[in-house]
Amino acid sequence: MTDTSAVVSVTALSKRFGSVTAVDSVDFEVRENTIYGLLGRNGAGKTTLMQLLTGQDFASSGSINVFGASPVENPDVLSQICFIKESQKYPDEFRAKHVFKSAPWFFTNWDAAFAEELIEEFNVPLNRPIKKLSRGQLSAVGVIVGLASRAPLTFFDEPYLGLDAVARQIFYDRLLADYSEHPRTVILSTHLIDEVSNLLEHVLVIDQGRIIIDEEADALRGSATTVAGTRAAVERFTAGRTLLHSESIGGLASVTIQGQLSAFERADAADSGLELLPVSLQQLIVRSTNTSTHDFQASA
Amino acid sequence: MITDERPIFMQIAERVENDIIDGALPEEGQVPSTNEFAAFYRINPATALKGVNLLVDDGILYKKRGIGMFVSSGARERLVSKRRDRFVHEYLHPLLAEAAKLGISPTQLGELLRDEASATASAATPTSASRKEQLS
Repeated sequence: MTDTSAVVSVTALSKRFGSVTAVDSVDFEVRENTIYGLLGRNGAGKTTLMQLLTGQDFASSGSINVFGASPVENPDVLSQICFIKESQKYPDEFRAKHVFKSAPWFFTNWDAAFAEELIEEFNVPLNRPIKKLSRGQLSAVGVIVGLASRAPLTFFDEPYLGLDAVARQIFYDRLLADYSEHPRTVILSTHLIDEVSNLLEHVLVIDQGRIIIDEEADALRGSATTVAGTRAAVERFTAGRTLLHSESIGGLASVTIQGQLSAFERADAADSGLELLPVSLQQLIVRSTNTSTHDFQASA
Repeated sequence: MITDERPIFMQIAERVENDIIDGALPEEGQVPSTNEFAAFYRINPATALKGVNLLVDDGILYKKRGIGMFVSSGARERLVSKRRDRFVHEYLHPLLAEAAKLGISPTQLGELLRDEASATASAATPTSASRKEQLS
């Protein structure tokens, strides 16, 4: 854990709320200038983890290092962080224009011209009181702040509730383009895994407070395969492999296995009349978070 | 465009290879930047860079400092011979397997191939004018 390019380094971090352990002894690092996906089910601990990393909550135990120091009440660290939350609260009398006007006070890299382009693209009504904005417009305000602040470490926690498909695509395209020109570390937490999977360089999957996948996105691609065909052929082919999921109907079976297949194994599968189907990142995570639930219950 | 089957960087490398083979990217011609690849395919720029670097390591592309990436001389020929080696494995083996499943013997398969090849060739020969005549 001495990687100098790590902007975040977490060791044995836990957060308990009464009898609930929201974050359960996790260790990981976040590399500089990389887009991370923080993925997991509702209640898995994503938001709690981000609140800990941004100094908005205290850890029960373990250590957090962000830009070389603890983030809690540390202005040197916090000034480099932008945290876009699903339910950001603004002062009652605020209009959208006040949000953008006050942003440069908090973010030294704030690019007002870029913000204006985004305001136009997302069609945000500047003079309307924040309270009167639709859910999508409110999300757009957050997304614009997150992009135009160009903070060295930016968190997006489910940034696009209520944003339609067109607006989400604008967000992805602008994020990629601006990240290319101004590299920075981005941690994106979302349920829409298929939509963002190509944007991510690294994936962290959290399940029941524990990090169960900490891997390059490209290494996960092709790391699992679904094998479909007659039950006997599928069972023969998948024997001795790690099964992530299996289902069957009559004499047919479909089994998702972990691990890369060699060209020889693919040819063998074709000879046995088996169909090999790719597993998307989203499917892989659904499979992984499902099985770990079973493991957890079995061991409990 | 981008599928889930294989790492994206390999898919990017293969797309560039295809463009070199079919001449869309000529030898000594400049290759789009990684940021352009990233924006076009909507992928992470680091992933695009990894794909391009794969081809640099193979000597298919080379870097001109401060200018960008270019296609090496002789890249096309090297890629074609590499693809020919794979052709038997990737195309002929599945073809033979499917033919065997359907009870088509290798001899029959050979005849089918010849017939099909001459049919496509003759369909491609007529000029657009003569094809119009045939239609009317």
